[in-house]
Amino acid sequence: MNIIVCVKQVPDTAEIKIDPVTNTLIRDGVQSIMNPYDKYALEMALELKDSMGAKVTVLTMGPPQAMAILKDSIAMGADDVALISDRAFAGSDTLATSQAMVAAVKKVGDFDLILCGKQAIDGDTAQVGPEMAEHLHLPQVTGATKIVIEDGRVLVDRDNETTVQTIAIPLPALVTVARSEKEPRFASIKGKMKARKMEIPTWSAADMNLDVNIIGLKWSPTKVAKVFTPPAPEIISEIFHEEDLQVAVDKLVEKLLAAKIIVR
Amino acid sequence: MSVTIDRDNCIGCENCVSICPVGALYMVDGKADVKEDDCINCGACISECPVNVISLGDSVEDSKTEEVLGANTGKEKDLWVFAETDNGEPIQVVYELLAETAILAKKSGQRCGAVLLTKDAGNVPQKLIAAGADVVYVVTGQEYAFYNTDCYTNAFCELIKKYQPSAILVGATVDGRDLGPRIAARMNTGLCADCTALDIEGKIVYWTRPALGGNILATILCEERSPQMGTVRPKVFKPAVPDMERTGEIVVFEIQNKVENRGELLRNDPVVETSAMKIDEAEMICSGGRGLGCQDNFKMLENLAQLLGGAVGGSRAVVDEGWIDHPHQVGQSGKTVTPKIYFAFGISGSVQHLAGMSKSDIIIAINKDENAPIFEHAHYGIVGDALVVLPKLIEKIRAIKES
Repeated sequence: MNIIVCVKQVPDTAEIKIDPVTNTLIRDGVQSIMNPYDKYALEMALELKDSMGAKVTVLTMGPPQAMAILKDSIAMGADDVALISDRAFAGSDTLATSQAMVAAVKKVGDFDLILCGKQAIDGDTAQVGPEMAEHLHLPQVTGATKIVIEDGRVLVDRDNETTVQTIAIPLPALVTVARSEKEPRFASIKGKMKARKMEIPTWSAADMNLDVNIIGLKWSPTKVAKVFTPPAPEIISEIFHEEDLQVAVDKLVEKLLAAKIIVR
Repeated sequence: MSVTIDRDNCIGCENCVSICPVGALYMVDGKADVKEDDCINCGACISECPVNVISLGDSVEDSKTEEVLGANTGKEKDLWVFAETDNGEPIQVVYELLAETAILAKKSGQRCGAVLLTKDAGNVPQKLIAAGADVVYVVTGQEYAFYNTDCYTNAFCELIKKYQPSAILVGATVDGRDLGPRIAARMNTGLCADCTALDIEGKIVYWTRPALGGNILATILCEERSPQMGTVRPKVFKPAVPDMERTGEIVVFEIQNKVENRGELLRNDPVVETSAMKIDEAEMICSGGRGLGCQDNFKMLENLAQLLGGAVGGSRAVVDEGWIDHPHQVGQSGKTVTPKIYFAFGISGSVQHLAGMSKSDIIIAINKDENAPIFEHAHYGIVGDALVVLPKLIEKIRAIKES
């Protein structure tokens, strides 16, 4: 069984803070990490490898420093990796990214299953996976919490709004992952050594026979018109700052009663 | 991709440095320079520069546009809403989107359409018209009894090709976010994910959405391809009061090229609902953060919630700690809530948390750190240890209720 896992390097958005004076993002010291949902997808792939044997190939698109998460993937147990990197891809939106990723999948060749994280925590679009599935004419299930391979099908558990579902689709297929049953494994010593020695192949647009005129920003249907920090709310607030907290509570409750927020 | 700066003509005013949302611009020898890897080429700095020395890294010219599948011809008309159903009934976000889309349609001289794919339409088209639709496209068949990627994408795309809407809005639900990108890729068009604000100029929709965990907002346009598409977060817009007198057109459509659903729905079990899961419907929520110290102290929160007839919520931190289950989580990676009253005990107010609750009508914050960001959003608050305030507050309110 051949599994392709698509991963993305993202800034750890939980660590990003806003500079209150300049109202800009403070990115210094913010780590780059493998997108957590992609890591769950990789863990799922590695569990299939453990239980039934599989070759796991990990692909990422990004700048040269994204190689770090491919090394992490090898250290966790992936068999093969490739970095899709070309200045011409810069500014790609989800549709253009999905087209580049599909070119990479075609270069890998044989596959039975493609796993992606359900979304990346920097853009939160959840679009590249389904868009890849469409270009490849594959059946898809999004937001998997468990997968089982059975009789040429993949059985996928997913949380819907008010129900828990199991959907079976025939292989080859694409599944996006919300979480793995087990926490993603740590790198093994052996894996780390393998990762250190490994030459990471980098594929340019030309390596994948992509026309540079139909990739990147120029070919992306969506364009960012404006980026801004959310405006601070204008609220008239009453914050009680008292030595004796009982006094503060009394004052607050009095206000809440007056405003009919609490009713007798 | 990054902007380029003609440093020779830069006057060193630093305007661009302060406007840059990602901190990619900085000063070197009294002139601006750009960290290419950090720049997201958003162009925010370009209009700020008084001497016009900054330009986008790549000129956006599309001489080939006419030949492209999905190219905007200018003839497309009308704004459509995907009328997602659950057990045959439209879900809440459909009514929210119809209300907003009706406004955008009126502003741009277009019609507000609804697309209903269902086993049996019943009186649903009338409900959609009452909620703001001018035209309802109805496709019926057993294959639409439950959402499935293949049949829904196929039917939707056939409707798009036939009637050529200018824009499509899909609720950012689990299934909506499965369907949206599939349609966008087939139509070779753009899709803006999880929008929280919308506007329109001419026929161009301005899609605004949070990015980087809610730290910034981006306004996205899709001017050259068609239809323009976006998924829109539930609970952002308010539904209109249904007007049963409203009239509209109902178009019953037969799909010409049917496809097989490759997926088989083996199980579709309702999630066992606990009172806590109702937080997205509650009018009063008492939420706790790390400031509550430990799991046991959440009992006090439950007491207060019970006293006031509300639900209990929590920040991501306490869900990660295991003090409360994930269905209670409020914020970017949990639920978006819009209660009338939101109590935040020992929650500092990270942008991720604020993204999920800042639209509450009244926010009451209790935190011992007077500089906690939550206070900037709070209508009322107490600076003090939540663990000391909470029992006093419960006692006081109980006394009032019993008096």
